[in-house]
Amino acid sequence: MVPLNYYLILSGILFSIGTAGVFLRRNLITVLLSVEIMLNAVNLSFVAIGRYLGSVDGQIITFFVMTVAAAEAAVGLALVIALFRHRETLSPDAYTSLKW
Amino acid sequence: MDTIAFYIFAAIAILASLGVIGQGNPMHSVMLLIVSFGALAGLYILLQAPFTAVTQIIIYAGAIMVLFLFVVMLLNVPREEPVPVTAAGMLGPTAMKIGAVLSVVLAIEVVWGLSRLGPTWFSQDAEAAGVSSVSRIGNVLFTDHAFAFEATSILILVAMVGAVVIARREH
Repeated sequence: MVPLNYYLILSGILFSIGTAGVFLRRNLITVLLSVEIMLNAVNLSFVAIGRYLGSVDGQIITFFVMTVAAAEAAVGLALVIALFRHRETLSPDAYTSLKW
Repeated sequence: MDTIAFYIFAAIAILASLGVIGQGNPMHSVMLLIVSFGALAGLYILLQAPFTAVTQIIIYAGAIMVLFLFVVMLLNVPREEPVPVTAAGMLGPTAMKIGAVLSVVLAIEVVWGLSRLGPTWFSQDAEAAGVSSVSRIGNVLFTDHAFAFEATSILILVAMVGAVVIARREH
């Protein structure tokens, strides 16, 4: 059997990888993918702690996180498409002004 | 058996996530992220959460990643300028250096703090194993969390309309 700690440690490592991706990548799509990694790491902790407490609330909040992630991906990718039309690049350094 | 499966899935998830942020082709990043989501679905099965595992595959690996793939192919920007991974690339902008250091510190803190606690075992009795019951999830979702569920539908409607309006070509 695997104790709860191992799942939480794995979740923490995945979350750190996601944060590193947000900071290190120079591509808006990869930055969005890193945010998805972070959301998944949090989902893993929710499910593991829900299993530990014998409650289904962990899985239910995971369900809501997935829904919000779907909405975030849809709006985020629409923004990426709109930005790409203006500047023909996906590098976040090109988008330093809010208005042009 | 459980332990071996946990280590295999954990290794796949970590390696695939490192691959997502470690190489420059967004198409490969999306594919590796699907692999990582599959490994997480396996971990959910180990945690007695088959419903979450199935929604993970259908919604995340299916729907959301297809959306990402569409955008990657639509924009047709296969590569970014090569910056990170190498030691010379790490010495680039100061913000990137600080961010990388903070992420490593975060990982070390979490691992150190959680490994100082003694192992916390999952209880094995029948009541705790009831978290795998889909009918129990449905009951709680549509009674205690009914308002949040309905709010979610409005959120998705707003996100759908917003995505169409933002991505529309201006006339």
